[in-house]
Amino acid sequence: MEQIFFYIFAIVAVASAIAVISVRNPVHSAMYLIVCFLQVAAIFILLRSPFLAAVQVFIYVGAVMVLFLFAVMVLDIGKESFGEHMHSQAIPAGITVLGLLAVVGWLISKGKITVPLGNYTEEVLTKNTEVVGKSLYTQFIFPFEVVSLLLLIALVGAIVLVMKEKGKGAGSTRS
Amino acid sequence: MPDIATLLEILLIVVKVGVVTMILFGLPLPLTWLERKVAGHIQVRLGPWRVGPHGLLQPFADMIKLLFKEDIVPYKADKLLFNLAPLLSMVPAFAVFVAIPFGDSVMVPFINKEVTLYISDMNVGILYILAIGGLSIYGLILGGWASNSKYALLGGLRSSAQMISYEVAMSFAAVGVVMMSNSLSLLEMVKSQSGSFLNWNIFYLPVGPVWFAIFLIAGLAEINRIPFDLTEDEGTLAAGFHTEYSGMKFAFFMLAEYVAMVTISVLSVVMFFGGWNAPLQVPVPIPPIFWFVAKAGALIYFFMWIRFTLPRYRYDQLMTIGWKILIPVALVNLLVTGFMRI
Repeated sequence: MEQIFFYIFAIVAVASAIAVISVRNPVHSAMYLIVCFLQVAAIFILLRSPFLAAVQVFIYVGAVMVLFLFAVMVLDIGKESFGEHMHSQAIPAGITVLGLLAVVGWLISKGKITVPLGNYTEEVLTKNTEVVGKSLYTQFIFPFEVVSLLLLIALVGAIVLVMKEKGKGAGSTRS
Repeated sequence: MPDIATLLEILLIVVKVGVVTMILFGLPLPLTWLERKVAGHIQVRLGPWRVGPHGLLQPFADMIKLLFKEDIVPYKADKLLFNLAPLLSMVPAFAVFVAIPFGDSVMVPFINKEVTLYISDMNVGILYILAIGGLSIYGLILGGWASNSKYALLGGLRSSAQMISYEVAMSFAAVGVVMMSNSLSLLEMVKSQSGSFLNWNIFYLPVGPVWFAIFLIAGLAEINRIPFDLTEDEGTLAAGFHTEYSGMKFAFFMLAEYVAMVTISVLSVVMFFGGWNAPLQVPVPIPPIFWFVAKAGALIYFFMWIRFTLPRYRYDQLMTIGWKILIPVALVNLLVTGFMRI
């Protein structure tokens, strides 16, 4: 039963991911990306991780994609379709993808990609918000803080870049 | 092959989903009537009066009108997204109710079985509601974009910016409630507020009322009601995102909006007003669902009252309220709540 659902979600996810990069209209492309994110959230639920699923929908589908659509609409590239932007990257990209697939396939067939349940039973994992919180704030506190710092840097960087361009455009030395 | 008990469980869930859906589909009928009546009386008029006694049949007349209205799809509109948008805004509005508890379990007569008055007690209930509830914004954005009209596009843009700004404050309010109730599950949240009304989260002084104010303001902005309905500001944007919609598609947008209003009221009841708990211990046995409906109804009336009392904000004022007032207040309040929960 679970396997059937997994295959449904996985197939839709892959199909919509392909659609994201193959459709011409950027808004349609964003729509397919939303579909893809929702499938990933569904797979998280199958993996007994409702917290991650809810956060996936909340952050990616709810916030990131709304911002993305906002940008697409403001830039008004919605009406014109994208031109071909491959710039002869097709062959290197293909090789990279094939290489990645080979490595992942080899690892899966060797059984190296498995995560031990650890000392958690399946039931505890289903109610796993506490488990996630505890391990994030005790065992993995350092990486967690580093990630938040990275996000802050990205945020400040984005603002700095925008400010610079604004200053250039106006021809002033405003900082 | 699943056994009889499992099948019965599944059947029960299907029936519950069906009942909730039917109620939600039917609810806008009395609500539109009530909204017009409230508007009328606040503005010293009678409100609907002609169709049926006290205009009670007015919603049905409206429904017939909407059903028979010509369904117009603008030439040059993005047909697929234009048709999909009303659904995209309606489905999440309904899906939210999967996680909302209307009451504890009750004995159903005839079949002699204990039935819980919620469809699912999710471990991450509040997160689910915020996440799914946030999705109805896509209907507005995509509907605005797909119409290929400048008013609709501006309405869609406004709604996306507004939603991003207020979702943050709303999530902070949810975090505050989670801290006060010690759980992400709505059922646990209600249970933690049982007893007298002094145990309700809104009376968790001094932070409770502040969280409620933040939640209410952000909620009003999220569901695009006056004073925050900048997305359909008829003074500057014709009708905003639904300028090009007519007939049933327009009705679906309105339906989603009413259901969203019910969601915010019901969510406030669960998060701040103790859910189905009675405010005081009364000697007469009153079913808990009565308290739930009464509280939610009072809040819905409050939303209508606000709509016909306050003027609409300017767009820059809307952004100022969101980013410069609500979020800083929420952060400070979060700190205070944290100290109180140590």
